[in-house]
Amino acid sequence: MTRTRRFAVQILCASLAWAGALHSAQAGWIAAEEVAAAQAAPDQAPQAAQRLASMLDRADVASALQARGVNVQAARERALSLSDAEAAQLMAQIDTAPAGADGLLGTVVFIFVLLLITDVLGFTKVFPFTRSIR
Amino acid sequence: MNRLRRRLAAAALLGGAVTALPGCARWSAVQASALVAQPPVGLPPRVNLRAVPFFPQTPLHCAPAALATLLQHHGLSRATPDELADAVFLPARGGSLQLEVAVAARRHGAVATPLPPRLDALVQEVAAGHPVLVLLNLGLGVQPLWHYAVLVGYDLQTREFILRSGTEPEQRLGLATFEHTWVRGGSWALAVLPPGELPRAASDDALLAAALAFARQAAPAVARRHWLALSRHRPASLPAAMGLAHAQAEAGEPDAAVATLQAAAQRHDSAAAWNNLALLHWQQGRPDAAHEALAQAMRRVQEAEPGWRSAVESTRQSLRVAPSR
Repeated sequence: MTRTRRFAVQILCASLAWAGALHSAQAGWIAAEEVAAAQAAPDQAPQAAQRLASMLDRADVASALQARGVNVQAARERALSLSDAEAAQLMAQIDTAPAGADGLLGTVVFIFVLLLITDVLGFTKVFPFTRSIR
Repeated sequence: MNRLRRRLAAAALLGGAVTALPGCARWSAVQASALVAQPPVGLPPRVNLRAVPFFPQTPLHCAPAALATLLQHHGLSRATPDELADAVFLPARGGSLQLEVAVAARRHGAVATPLPPRLDALVQEVAAGHPVLVLLNLGLGVQPLWHYAVLVGYDLQTREFILRSGTEPEQRLGLATFEHTWVRGGSWALAVLPPGELPRAASDDALLAAALAFARQAAPAVARRHWLALSRHRPASLPAAMGLAHAQAEAGEPDAAVATLQAAAQRHDSAAAWNNLALLHWQQGRPDAAHEALAQAMRRVQEAEPGWRSAVESTRQSLRVAPSR
């Protein structure tokens, strides 16, 4: 928890320093992102206050990645490079979205099922527990 | 009478089954057939982007290999698949998520734009000289076998797609097989291009979203190059003009930024554009012009765009104190 909190503080500091360096980040400046959001959903008033809160959630993303085997450093970098919308999206589908890979396990299961079917149809007799329908 | 009713019922049942069939399973490659029968106008019959490099994948690392292929092809990064694995591989899932692949491409200086889920969009992109990252499901819907590959060419005569895939430097996949595995994988395709170069087939929304995401972490001068390309491509886009003006101001070109905002403010009569114009004029030491633009912004807030009221109010406050430079 303390690690998470420390990371959150780091993000906050980094974002504040970044905002401070901006020439055009004067009070009142409207970002292109806000204009695009307003065009996409004209009924909703632009809400700047929510942005800071969602910044802090990035620590959750980092720990979620770590919990799934990513090393500490890489997890931080990956969490930091997400936009707010992407962070929310990742958290929502980290365990369900397709994960591309030539999975060896997948192939094994696939062959197992295939042989099971062919066993049942009577073309093969690989497994001792199957009985052909013929 | 009874017989007739039974026949009618049987016919209705049969008709219902036939019309419901395409909903549950597509057995024929519809898009592939359409592509061969009626290719988009001006499309060359065959393309093979031979200059695209090839990285044979190690087990589980097809996404890093595909990403390295694209990044090195455009000269954006010299990162190897092994180095990129750290940025995209998710051990617990035994693969990489599409979202993280797109984000990693961006982190290495590329603009990543999702393409429409249509086969003809892929072909048009390749014909424009852009290799495309695709996600395939080589297995079944119930037992998926996810795989990333790079589409580098096609041949409409032999009905083949050419891919850098797995350990094959030039895999030739039948058009129908490609369509089946691609559609089963969610019809996902990503254009990975250097800033300033726009994918031909992407929608306006996708182009804008990709530019916004890219500009968020790119150096101002690089972001400016991409916004410039997008504004030329879509001169009527207000967010593109706002993005360009911001990047110009950041890159130390305030006059260019003022010109961009002036044009956008007049074209769209947008409160946001007038508002930012007021701030820029103020920073440049032109208080009269700043107050004039602020008045326009306040007029627009009053008339039609109440959503910007608090931002414009902040600007009004900013214009009271001396400009911070």
